[in-house]
Amino acid sequence: MSFNYDQYIRGGKLPHIWCPGCTYGIVFKSLLRAVDTLKIPKDDIALVSGIGCASRLPGYIDWNTLHTTHGRALPFATGLKMARPDKKVMVVSGDGDATAIGGNHFIHACRRNIDITVIVLNNFIYGMTGGQHSPTTPIGHFATTMPYGNVDPNFNIPDLAKGAGASWVGRGTAYHVPALDKLIIEAMNHKGLSVLEIINACPTTHGRRNKFKSPTDMLLWMKDTALPITAFDKLPPEKTAGKFPTGVLFKKEAPEFCETYFALAERLKKQKEKGA
Amino acid sequence: MGTLKLLQGNEACAEGALYAGCTFFAGYPITPSTEVAEYLARRLPLIGGAFLQMEDEIAAMAAVIGGSLAGAKTLTATSGPGFSLKQENLGFGMLCEVPCVIVDVMRGGPSTGVPTGPSQSDIMQCKWGTHGDHPVICLTPAYVQEIFSETVRAFNLAEKYRTPVIIAFDEIVGHMREKIEIPDKGVIPIENRRRPTCPPSEYMPFDETKGDVPPVADFFSGYRQHITGLNHASDGFPVNASPRIHTDEQRLIRKVEGNRKDIIKYETVMLDDAEVAVFAYGVSGRSGKNAVELAREAGIKAGLFRPLTIWPFPEEEVAALASRVKAIIVPELSLGQIVYEVERCAKGRCPVEGIFRVDGDPITPEQILAKIKEVK
Repeated sequence: MSFNYDQYIRGGKLPHIWCPGCTYGIVFKSLLRAVDTLKIPKDDIALVSGIGCASRLPGYIDWNTLHTTHGRALPFATGLKMARPDKKVMVVSGDGDATAIGGNHFIHACRRNIDITVIVLNNFIYGMTGGQHSPTTPIGHFATTMPYGNVDPNFNIPDLAKGAGASWVGRGTAYHVPALDKLIIEAMNHKGLSVLEIINACPTTHGRRNKFKSPTDMLLWMKDTALPITAFDKLPPEKTAGKFPTGVLFKKEAPEFCETYFALAERLKKQKEKGA
Repeated sequence: MGTLKLLQGNEACAEGALYAGCTFFAGYPITPSTEVAEYLARRLPLIGGAFLQMEDEIAAMAAVIGGSLAGAKTLTATSGPGFSLKQENLGFGMLCEVPCVIVDVMRGGPSTGVPTGPSQSDIMQCKWGTHGDHPVICLTPAYVQEIFSETVRAFNLAEKYRTPVIIAFDEIVGHMREKIEIPDKGVIPIENRRRPTCPPSEYMPFDETKGDVPPVADFFSGYRQHITGLNHASDGFPVNASPRIHTDEQRLIRKVEGNRKDIIKYETVMLDDAEVAVFAYGVSGRSGKNAVELAREAGIKAGLFRPLTIWPFPEEEVAALASRVKAIIVPELSLGQIVYEVERCAKGRCPVEGIFRVDGDPITPEQILAKIKEVK
């Protein structure tokens, strides 16, 4: 039986703004299947975004959705979560939105370990503004602001998240769809700050400037370059050069911020009542 | 009789917020406003409220908007450089009509300026700091008691008009300690935002047919909605077509400008028969009051107009004043900002003379008195 996406899509809001060949639609559908599996009521979840192509995703989903300013989705989401810690809050962001202009919020949300699921759609470029290099554009790749090839070093998003204190870190791709469904489910089930990087393709502003003949070529690049973390870890460095690991890359038990804060508040309230 | 306390202006601001029903603060440490955060860091957990020290000023402004969208009454406090950083998200709050309160304890600038000295040089930033056309409500208390009551009023106006409200006072009043009375609960009426009564399927967050201030639904309350910083249609979804953007932005302006009578508040001292008027707010208003008293002792008919609402500007009141006095004196802790607004409204009906000072000290009553004698 085919999955009924319409139950989650807002009537009259499609077609979406994404270009032909863009892989964001694949992620969009994966997200809807994941949420359906988790049976989260539509009224009990909020999806927050910043600015960029990825940030248009919330507008299509029939939840509480918030499209904010560039890079700032996480602090807006933090406000929602602290006001309603009983509800599910998610952020969808892009590579530039999350790690360039929003980099400070990204590392501090990770450090705080607040219960928010962050999905970063990494397409290695600023797509909406026409193809400028981002903190994840590979060295040597061409971008409108790197017309002679990129010389600006990269962030590795999962490493950044782990280093900053996120308690769940994963990576999937728009090519490996069944695995992606599972990763989104696991990221959303995690209590604490979870970061899932999803490798995506922007044929319009990245691919065609960088010798990818078609959108399919970009998906095949994902197929050839991704290695499950279990396989990746067993191989010597010379065999993993140029590859990237996928799957659940890191997880740990750590106190969740809202729980810790409101437990403290409860304790103080009881002390005060006793004192009075 | 309420509770008597000896409080600093910043602490009175925090007390005013609590009185108004604020349960959510997000901020970032900055002199000279930090005591607002410190006071609420102690108090908010005790009532189950949320206190967040965010990673920066931008994040703090974002968090108070997020908290408000989830239904809380929210506050942030900052000063010059931090206020500059908040501007983009403040604009988001204005376009998306999110009730919240922003305190700017003004210090000298530009840049790091004089962190520990008073200033009134953010007053045009309060009006024009964020890009685009937008409504602004900005209150300017001058006494510790007034900081308390104006903070309550700021929350009430934010809720009533569904918009961010700025409270701008200076370092002197922020740090000054005075005796204040905190009234018993219920003495000052408290406003709460109008929430929808229609079925969720019919709810539109920016439905202008419901009036200039459409009802606002909380996130997670069953009224699923989309909020975006893009110009939006009644249903909240992006629109970039004529005439919606124009008419909707006009509505935003109208909901504030059209309610001037409700929003504008000021104090006058011996102004009825005055020949020379002093127009001053905040700490300069305190000196102004003293100066007109000294002038009266010297037999000069001087009076004070002290705005508690600086934005929207009391245009009609200043115009009327300009028609019946010989001159208006505008002392302010800047090199001339609000003086031009007074001039604009006076329309040449009388001379308008500024007294400007940015050396970290307040304008003294004697400075103002000298000017009164000069122009009388």
